[in-house]
Amino acid sequence: MDPDRRSLRWLIAIPTLFLAYFFVYPLVSILWVSLTTGDGRPWAEVLQTARIGRVAWFSVWQATASTILTVTLGLPVAWAFSRFDFPGRRLLRAAMTIPFVMPTVVVAAAFMVLFGRTSAFPLLETVWIILIAHVFYNLAVVVRVVGGMWESVDDRLVQAARTMGANRWKAFRTVTLPLLRPAIAAAGAIVFLFSFTSFGVVLLLGGIRYSTIEVAVWRRYFLLDLQGAATLAVIQLIGVTAVLTVYARWQRKRQTQQSVRAGRLPAPIGWKQRTIVFGIIGLALIAELGPLVTLVLRSFTTADGFGFSNYTALTAPDSAFLVTPATAIGNSLQFGLASMALAVFVGGLASIVIAARRNSTWFDTLLMLPLGTSAVTIGFGFVIALDWPIDLRTSVLLVPIAHALVAIPFVVRTTVPVLASIRNHLREAAATLGASPRQVLRKIDFPIAAKALAAGGGLAFAVSLGEFGATSFIARPNAPTLPVAIFRFLARPAEASFGKAMAMSTILMLVTAVVILAIDGYRAGDL
Amino acid sequence: MKRIAAIVIAILAVSACSSPSSAEPTELVLLTHDSFAVSDATLKTFTAETGISVTVLQGGDAGSLVTQAVLTKDNPTGDVLFGVDNTLLTKALDLFVPYESPALADVNPSLITDPRVTPIDFGDVCLNYDKSAFETVAPPSGLDDLILPAYANMLVVENPATSSPGLAFLLATIAEYGEDGWEDYWTALLANGTVVAPDWETAYYANFTGGGGTGSPIVVSYASSPPAGVIFAEEPIDEALTATVTSNCFRQVEYAGILKDSEAARKLVDFMLSKEFQEDIPLNMFVFPARIDAALPTEFEKYTEVPSNPLTMDPAVIDANRDRWIDEWTQIAVP
Repeated sequence: MDPDRRSLRWLIAIPTLFLAYFFVYPLVSILWVSLTTGDGRPWAEVLQTARIGRVAWFSVWQATASTILTVTLGLPVAWAFSRFDFPGRRLLRAAMTIPFVMPTVVVAAAFMVLFGRTSAFPLLETVWIILIAHVFYNLAVVVRVVGGMWESVDDRLVQAARTMGANRWKAFRTVTLPLLRPAIAAAGAIVFLFSFTSFGVVLLLGGIRYSTIEVAVWRRYFLLDLQGAATLAVIQLIGVTAVLTVYARWQRKRQTQQSVRAGRLPAPIGWKQRTIVFGIIGLALIAELGPLVTLVLRSFTTADGFGFSNYTALTAPDSAFLVTPATAIGNSLQFGLASMALAVFVGGLASIVIAARRNSTWFDTLLMLPLGTSAVTIGFGFVIALDWPIDLRTSVLLVPIAHALVAIPFVVRTTVPVLASIRNHLREAAATLGASPRQVLRKIDFPIAAKALAAGGGLAFAVSLGEFGATSFIARPNAPTLPVAIFRFLARPAEASFGKAMAMSTILMLVTAVVILAIDGYRAGDL
Repeated sequence: MKRIAAIVIAILAVSACSSPSSAEPTELVLLTHDSFAVSDATLKTFTAETGISVTVLQGGDAGSLVTQAVLTKDNPTGDVLFGVDNTLLTKALDLFVPYESPALADVNPSLITDPRVTPIDFGDVCLNYDKSAFETVAPPSGLDDLILPAYANMLVVENPATSSPGLAFLLATIAEYGEDGWEDYWTALLANGTVVAPDWETAYYANFTGGGGTGSPIVVSYASSPPAGVIFAEEPIDEALTATVTSNCFRQVEYAGILKDSEAARKLVDFMLSKEFQEDIPLNMFVFPARIDAALPTEFEKYTEVPSNPLTMDPAVIDANRDRWIDEWTQIAVP
């Protein structure tokens, strides 16, 4: 039995109000103002200047290619991390999340060393570098979202299939894959949206030849062409809504239920299995962390060889606007925790509703939309809309709220597949034994969903930790986050500032790994 | 439901009480871009002298800042805005209340343009070069040299569609070669192996050999970049590693303007033209003070010079043509 309709109505109210006020209202305001204050140019002319056909086509095809690549390469990694236990598993999995939070400007520096004109693979300013960077950034999404589901797949089902004569591949194809499909689709949807609206990667690595709609929107704003920017933003929004609606409908048809596996994961057995598992993990780590090693090395390179001077130099702020790393770490952690709490709360409530209701396509789509909406447009939307009923425009609270908007989809996409897969038998049994709908939620849904909530919460935290675009826009200057601090160092024209920025980036990597590890630890201890 | 209504009413009541009263404000909000920086002590001096405290709000880059200010025209988020430059000025002029500070008497007169804005600083976008690459060959003397075979594959510029110094450099070429000549110049420049970077950070650190990058010993940067390299060097050095080509530079002037008029806001604008604030500018923002009598730090005296004859352009001309120029440039760069 589903939680009854009345409590669902209450549950849906909080996420809906949150999104209505912090997303729909600012977005509609900015689009309305921009489109009505323009100089009255016809749409066709605006679109022609922006070469919209070319830009839209590029956005779609590179996002599709990035998604297929990321999911294909991510699945084996998710398998290795979620089906086997081995020493250091949690640490390595946490390390895999590091690229996800790195500011594009820093990653671009690493990619320029690896793929620059003088390197062995001179891929800079080609479409390949864009695809590679998207895989690099988003692999962690597949590993965490699909891995979160894979961990709870009952292997007795696979064993049953094997007993009945299916070979490994057939058992995977006919048993595991259908069970994972919702999670794969969820991860794919996120990766698609991220790549479709890709900004920094395309701008910094793709050269002047390539542009996504998001980049085009930003360029129009840079020229103070509000009408052009808003027109493009609307087109992006229509595209994203179409993709999300198709996804939500498809997802609804493919819901599968299973009994949830409990107990410990096995270690890989035999040299063959060990080679495969550790081979996959090793390759993934090289691909994900290799580029970052160049930055770590750079942070220890000083005028006279190898040393810590880039780090010690960080502790001496010389202006009111450069803060010590400790302050920036403190700010980042506070914003990260607040955003995570908000995203888990709002996203958790939303997940219960989506998992229980069969016809909430619009609600599902609404929750995902912030991920596919031009960040700069939402930022300007905040600025013009949020002075009513109280003036929040300059409030520091806007930072975690903006981060939570982008983080909620992660919580929802990791939690819904797991919640929806809980067999109704469990809930019915509890209800038969006299549990109220509320108790069913508390005793059945929450404990099972906690794992997924933690996986989503980890990503939510990471989103907040790495977010730069919106933060630079609304953060108070005396409360810069780590990425904002990195950018401030990079804005100074001196080779030594680059070393400090790299030291700050290395600190960001460490903080990320430690925090994700702590969240995963909580998750392991919780169950 | 009643409880929620009560909370909403309470919030509205509180916000109504905190809305600005007619009394002279003792707290000001200064809106600015994310390159703004001052010494810790400077703003404290202002507060100590006037009893007015200043909250600085940074709203992204200069473009985002101006866009935000235009969008919130009816209900500004700050009292004073600093950081609109001559490439964006015309679109923003209507936002400001006219105010002519008495301190303007000490400002370089060539910077003053409209009573609604007050010039605070200027920076010259110039070619910079890595000195080590030009020990045997002469560095370029200006824009003309850059299309010669001798300087092939040496220059990195920023995309004018996405970068403020990139736009300034494009304007420099238009000011130098005119409407009829700049497109041919750019065709030759790109054919001579010029690299286009998306932003200043990438150009300076990844491409420019003088900034630790690879490939290009000449970069479009600022006249103040060489002293910055000395000031932030890890080990004290007594010679700058980079130098500026002082001809054909494009001058960017940064202005402040009052969004919400008050005596306090005027005092803040006056303070930004005070000697104390002006002399604090070079080492924090790496631009030159607008005041003629502001002393420059020794590094600025030693390692750079203010270009004597920079290229400029009327902000209204820039505003009227900027979009078209950038579109035409993009057609040349991405055929």
